[in-house]
Amino acid sequence: MRAPVTDLPIVLEDVSFSAGGVTILDRISLVLVAGSPTVLIGPNGAGKTTLLRLVMGLIAPTRGRVTWGGREQASPTHRAIVFQRPAMLRRSAAGNIRYALAAAGVPRARRAAHALALGALVGLTGLERRPARKLSGGEQQRLALARALAKEPQLLLLDEPTASLDPAATKAIEDVIRKVAASGIKVVMSTHDLGEAKRLAGEIVLVHRGRVIESGAAETFFAAPKTIEARRFIAGELLV
Amino acid sequence: MRSPPLRPRRRRTSLSHILPLFKAKTGIDVKVVAQGTGQALDTGRRGDADVLFVHAKAQEEKFVADGFGVKRYPVMYNDFVLIGPKSDPAGIKGMSDVAEALKAIKSKGAPFISRGDRSGTHIAELDLWKAAGIDIGKEKGPWYKEIGQGMGAALNTASAANAYVLADRGTWLSFKNRGDLDILVAGDKRLFNQYGVILVNPEKHPHVKKALGQAFIDWLVSPEGQKAIADYKINGQELFFPNANVPGA
Amino acid sequence: MPGDVSALQLLLSGDPALLAIVRLSLIVSLSAVVFGGLIGVPFGAAVALTRFPGREAVIVILNALMGLPPVVVGLAVYLLLSRSGPLGSWGLLFTPQAMIVAQTVLIAPIIAALARQTVEDLWSEYRDELAAMDVGPLGRIATLIWDGRFSLVTALLAGFGRAAAEVGAVLIVGGNIDGFTRTMTTAIALETSKGDLPLAIGLGLVLIAIVVVVNAAAWGLRRAGERLAG
Repeated sequence: MRAPVTDLPIVLEDVSFSAGGVTILDRISLVLVAGSPTVLIGPNGAGKTTLLRLVMGLIAPTRGRVTWGGREQASPTHRAIVFQRPAMLRRSAAGNIRYALAAAGVPRARRAAHALALGALVGLTGLERRPARKLSGGEQQRLALARALAKEPQLLLLDEPTASLDPAATKAIEDVIRKVAASGIKVVMSTHDLGEAKRLAGEIVLVHRGRVIESGAAETFFAAPKTIEARRFIAGELLV
Repeated sequence: MRSPPLRPRRRRTSLSHILPLFKAKTGIDVKVVAQGTGQALDTGRRGDADVLFVHAKAQEEKFVADGFGVKRYPVMYNDFVLIGPKSDPAGIKGMSDVAEALKAIKSKGAPFISRGDRSGTHIAELDLWKAAGIDIGKEKGPWYKEIGQGMGAALNTASAANAYVLADRGTWLSFKNRGDLDILVAGDKRLFNQYGVILVNPEKHPHVKKALGQAFIDWLVSPEGQKAIADYKINGQELFFPNANVPGA
Repeated sequence: MPGDVSALQLLLSGDPALLAIVRLSLIVSLSAVVFGGLIGVPFGAAVALTRFPGREAVIVILNALMGLPPVVVGLAVYLLLSRSGPLGSWGLLFTPQAMIVAQTVLIAPIIAALARQTVEDLWSEYRDELAAMDVGPLGRIATLIWDGRFSLVTALLAGFGRAAAEVGAVLIVGGNIDGFTRTMTTAIALETSKGDLPLAIGLGLVLIAIVVVVNAAAWGLRRAGERLAG
């Protein structure tokens, strides 16, 4: 059984982030609560990745503040992230998962069995002994997911988890995400694929040019978008 | 099994012939670091050797006088030979006066290879130029090449350049890459090359293996050691002539 | 004449003196690789993973030291270990240990510079993942060294090649003592000075063969390892 959620809600208050004189996120206020997946949508370069890294605690805001369950702590003990292009450690698939288990403090004796179970959860059964870097793109994404789940996070962040994957691989990943979300883990993911957002989201956050344009329940967002940007994005027009 | 090591320095030798005899007699293992006389004396001065076996009498006496060595013992001599191409552009072949031969080489500007490394052989060569009335430091021209290396390198260079070179007979006899070179002048008394042996002063360097070193020196100058030296031959030729008992050697 | 007998034949016939020379060369150079690796790899990794003032200068110096002349290293170690030097009381001059010290000094910068490059490249790839997994500084270094092990083996090989090939440092601090500190390279120098060029070339071929065999073994190990670990 999982420990009581301590990282949620995550509150971003008037958060800005700039690097090298360029403002990437501009005065964002956002609350992420427990429940169904939150999907960040918006065109490439909107600031979704930076937003996820802030929520993960990998970077600190230039102004404003981020709190996790009311605390300004940065230790990502209960949070995990799958990057858009996850780096594969130079080990076997199982070795990658075991490494994450070790980093999460799982005792050595339990790692092998645990890794096998996580591999099965993401559908990598039979590939455990393959070098991780020799796996396909979709398999690597699923391995990164298994690695992220090794920590038993309360919050799972996914950055464009299906970008550049074929439909079959995309479906495999989305199935895992649904399973994870159903198990009570809060999923926050980004995508620029409208269809994926519709399939997975409980809540939508539309990000454009570093600002949150609109956010709310997915049903409402898609049925009755309030902003012109949201309407245009849903209609499949290019937001520039 | 390794007995306490002794570390004599010297250039080149019959040592590989006589050391096993010494070891068989005393059980003492001598480790040889082959260096030119100048370098060997410096090594001794720094205390990095126990016994020096070198051939530059004046410098050896200065080494002892400066307190770095206990006493210099004469051991043996060999001789230098003037080597040159068989074509002999300076026309010195068969001369009995080495000074005249050097004068001829200089006046013809025939190529000459000098060790240039402060070794005993180099110092002997400089003395010979002086004896020929030539201040080689001032009068050398492009024909005179100082290579700053050992005897073997000097012979290799001379062989490649068909040049004249002063060498000790032992090195010459065991040298294989002769090319067109041959002995042109030998036998002049000034070509004799006296070897001495010195124990590094334990008062300067307390770690010096005094007893073992002295045992080696005592054996070298003993009738047994002297006979071992005389018995060393290359191609049937005796190379070193023991003279430990000749006063003033 | 001994010159007509190739060193390879002597080696194959098990000539004890030649085998002793080959053995000493390997012991000295491999020991230097071990010590150079123990110093160079962690140092290179530390430089790769930390940011401090003057870091760029350290990297430039490290890269420059890859070209350290062996004779200069030999001379420095000689002055250090000489009875008149600061470490003279150890009595190490003209021993195999002194040769190992000199070769370690010679190749540690090579290993450190190559290790820094390897670890830094890997670090830029792993940084986010390891931060997300909350891996501490020591764990990071261990992970990067382990995952970079095949590239680091190449760094060690570069060090070994340099050590096995050099003559300047071992000659000065070892003294080329017959049966004690004579290595393949100092023996080659000696035979050349005796004008025994065929024997010198034979020894050279043996040396090259050994370096090739060591490299081939490491290459095979790397290929096998990569098949298993990617």
